Amino acid sequence: MVELIAKSPCAGLLPLAIGDVQVVEVDLGVLTSIAPYAGQGGATSDALRAAHGMRFPKLNRATGKDGARAIWFGRDMALLAGPPCDASMAEHAALTDQSDAWASVVVSGAAAEDVLARLVPIDLRQAHFATGHAARTLVKHMAASITRTGPESFLILVFRSMARTLAHDLKEAMEAVAARG
Amino acid sequence: MRLTCPICGARDRREFYYQGEALARPAPGAGAEAWDEYLHLRDNPAGVRRELWQHEAGCGAWLVVERNTSTHEVLGVSLVLDEAQA
Repeated sequence: MVELIAKSPCAGLLPLAIGDVQVVEVDLGVLTSIAPYAGQGGATSDALRAAHGMRFPKLNRATGKDGARAIWFGRDMALLAGPPCDASMAEHAALTDQSDAWASVVVSGAAAEDVLARLVPIDLRQAHFATGHAARTLVKHMAASITRTGPESFLILVFRSMARTLAHDLKEAMEAVAARG
Repeated sequence: MRLTCPICGARDRREFYYQGEALARPAPGAGAEAWDEYLHLRDNPAGVRRELWQHEAGCGAWLVVERNTSTHEVLGVSLVLDEAQA
């Protein structure tokens, strides 16, 4: 039997470390979008807490922690990243496995905010975008999900097909920030 | 130009997709004239108009944006969903 080895979206592209910023690819585990049926928001949140120990995230927020995180992912949608979504959730929400659809990277370092300021049209500084905040926005021309996971670290998800573009755009921005000294 | 998405907050124009004027859809049996107008005939007012936009690169919601084409003032943004339920 041949053992197939999965190729990660950013294989050969990351990690990068330029100036005060590092970018690494992360394996988030299983990604499942959870879209509550009409009027089932509360029941979905209760089921998520019972099954995975975290609330359904409020608008522009994420709940949970590394290893098992629920990220707000659009209107009436969250992305569960980590464990396979418990089957009991299917009673209240539409569940879709999206594990292989996204490239996930963590951008960290003292100048991470400065690098992302060159690519993202929203204010990601700590005062406006604290740990646990999440947004759907753009990275250059790519639709992305951005979550602040710490004082100097951001989790960024883009479509898997955009992995090379993401790595390229981040590298250019990191070089530009580093060149300013 | 910035639009204040009721879900995401104030966001840059480049996150949005523009659809066109927010029109009331005629009933299926409204007749050829009503459907012809709905499909093809547009006013081009200098002033306030209601338009459909989608927060394409954000939450994905469809929005009704009230906007003044003379002054570029954005007068209001609401969810299509809320308007449909109102």
